[in-house]
Amino acid sequence: MNAQPMKFVPASEFKQRAAVAVADQHLRKSFRGAMDFLITKRAAQFPDAAALESQRLLAEHIRKYSLARLPELLEQLERKLTDNGVKVHWAETAEEACAIIIGIAQSHSTKLMVKGKSMVSEEVELNHAMADVGIDALESDMGEYIVQLDGEKPSHIIMPAIHKTKEQISRLFADKVPGARYTDSVDELIGIGRAVLREKFMSAEVGMSGVNFAVAETGTLCLVENEGNGRMCTTVPNVHIAITGIEKVVEKLEHVPPLFGLLTRSATGQAITTYLNMISGPRRPGEKDGPRELHLVLVDNGRTQAYADQQLRSTLQCIRCGACMNHCPVYTRIGGHAYGTTYPGPIGEIISPHMLGLAATHVLPTASSLCGACGEVCPVRIPIPELLVRLREEAQHDARPGHAPLLGQGAAKSRLVDAVWAGWAALYTRPALYRAFGWLATRLRVLTPPFQGGWTVSRTPMKPAARTLHERMAARKSRWQ
Amino acid sequence: MSARQNILRRLREAPQGPLPLPPDVGAFHAAQAAGTAASTRHSRIELFCEKMAFWHGEVVRVTRANWPQTLRELCAAKGVRSLLYGEQSAHAAALAAAGITGLKPYDRPVDEWKKELFEDTDAGLTSTRGGIAETGTLIVWPDVAEPRLLSLVPPIHFALLDADQLYDSFLDALREQRWSEGMPTNALLVSGPSKTADIQVTLAYGAHGPKELVVLLLVNEEELV
Repeated sequence: MNAQPMKFVPASEFKQRAAVAVADQHLRKSFRGAMDFLITKRAAQFPDAAALESQRLLAEHIRKYSLARLPELLEQLERKLTDNGVKVHWAETAEEACAIIIGIAQSHSTKLMVKGKSMVSEEVELNHAMADVGIDALESDMGEYIVQLDGEKPSHIIMPAIHKTKEQISRLFADKVPGARYTDSVDELIGIGRAVLREKFMSAEVGMSGVNFAVAETGTLCLVENEGNGRMCTTVPNVHIAITGIEKVVEKLEHVPPLFGLLTRSATGQAITTYLNMISGPRRPGEKDGPRELHLVLVDNGRTQAYADQQLRSTLQCIRCGACMNHCPVYTRIGGHAYGTTYPGPIGEIISPHMLGLAATHVLPTASSLCGACGEVCPVRIPIPELLVRLREEAQHDARPGHAPLLGQGAAKSRLVDAVWAGWAALYTRPALYRAFGWLATRLRVLTPPFQGGWTVSRTPMKPAARTLHERMAARKSRWQ
Repeated sequence: MSARQNILRRLREAPQGPLPLPPDVGAFHAAQAAGTAASTRHSRIELFCEKMAFWHGEVVRVTRANWPQTLRELCAAKGVRSLLYGEQSAHAAALAAAGITGLKPYDRPVDEWKKELFEDTDAGLTSTRGGIAETGTLIVWPDVAEPRLLSLVPPIHFALLDADQLYDSFLDALREQRWSEGMPTNALLVSGPSKTADIQVTLAYGAHGPKELVVLLLVNEEELV
């Protein structure tokens, strides 16, 4: 019923979708308003720039340290979790991850799985795969529930339904939720969602969640949330399956507070979320609730490709706060759906190429003015603009010597562009040729075409000056003498 | 080769720069705190109350002697018909003596009475393992005596917090209570009732969990307001 297949859009059609989105006044208004709100809330949490800087340095240090020790920390995490009674699974690809989860769900012959918010489950397109085998994977985060009910994907990683107005949501509920009447009270709308989903928490055999931090020393999965649906999904059903990217592990519990503090403040401008849910094992004998079975699925899906390169590895420092998209002038104008990928905005532009390959995503790193806002607000100091430039380069060229090619390496290579650059280089390294070209271009300026492709869509045509700079300098000199 | 081996092999084959030093979170914390006056019991109580109020949590100051009576009055005022509690918890006897109507022990596995828990339970009472002043946060530590859902499913969550166990920060709490030596199956930080801003960035309380959080803060006689 609710797990209708969603429409997936190829990232390669980004430009057309961006053009449509930019012209959509309603969308522009929703995003501008919401992003301004989040920017202001975040700024209020960091009144002291120097203190923020030192906290970012610490958070970056913790993430870099964890990544440097990633293989051994993953093994330690697995050991600890296994000791605690958790079953750990590894998946190299999205398909493998879905197959593992479907296998677990089918072993319990369930038809319904309730889900807490998990971007990794979106990334592997789990709901799709579950629907194919007849299992209803129901999103229970309010925003995710709303977009799923409407057959859409989230448009923001923290606020999935940010593109919708309450009137649209109310009409959606009135159409699709039995017994719901049209109301424009947000409290009533939340009440409707609450009532529907509480029924589902009660009846579902399997619950699913993501993970914000996995602590190796104690085998603890930390989940950050405000709504309580994550706690429901991980506590009420008999089986809990957690899914996470392999990069989410940290060594010690005490590494969590600095990251957690920056995560919530960067994401929504909250000093802390309502819940930090720390799960270290299934129900023990004598306990009266909690899942009887607990699984963790560790997903690679391209992360080891980013890991293999010391510069690209910093992509994996990300703690998924969404601050980069909130502050991105491109994201704010086109919204999350235009990107066509699970992760939109600047972080999506640098992580999606590893997951989907440059052939499908090479245009994404170009969706940036390189203004630097994303890198400046990133709580773990990922140099996003530098990575965007690097990926643009990888899309246009063969792999650097000594580097393994990325998936889709050189996908945006163009003979025309190569020829233009070769011509430019020839011209600018040979003074005689350069002067001759300049002389010719200035004399033939009347022949400049008035329409110059993309340039003249919103700019006046380029036209050479009447005389070259060399000629004008020579004329000035002769006047002085 | 299994997925596990392949992933670990790829990670191990990646070039590594020099290993960064282990982050010293404690030293960082100490450096940030340097120059500010150390907190006092009074300042921690005041800060906790202020922050918890910000999260829409209600804080009621009580004493060891009067808290069951206060809870009884609160339940009556809020129209609570059934109050769920852990029958093996340390405060079970005090509760029973207070004459609260509709006391309901969480005495069997949830699977046997899920529907009643979800549909016919007005409030739940839990103890806490402490609180965090900086953020107005409760440390809830479910166990055999006080199951996990006690603080989640009933629409009102009453939590008993001893002011002696207020810490300045999350880090202080987990260090001083030596969490790393052993975590329970589930531990929680709770800051206010459940909430969402997913519809048009408008804040609404009572998303999926409790709609109200009432903290019974155990203080000394002279600290009652």
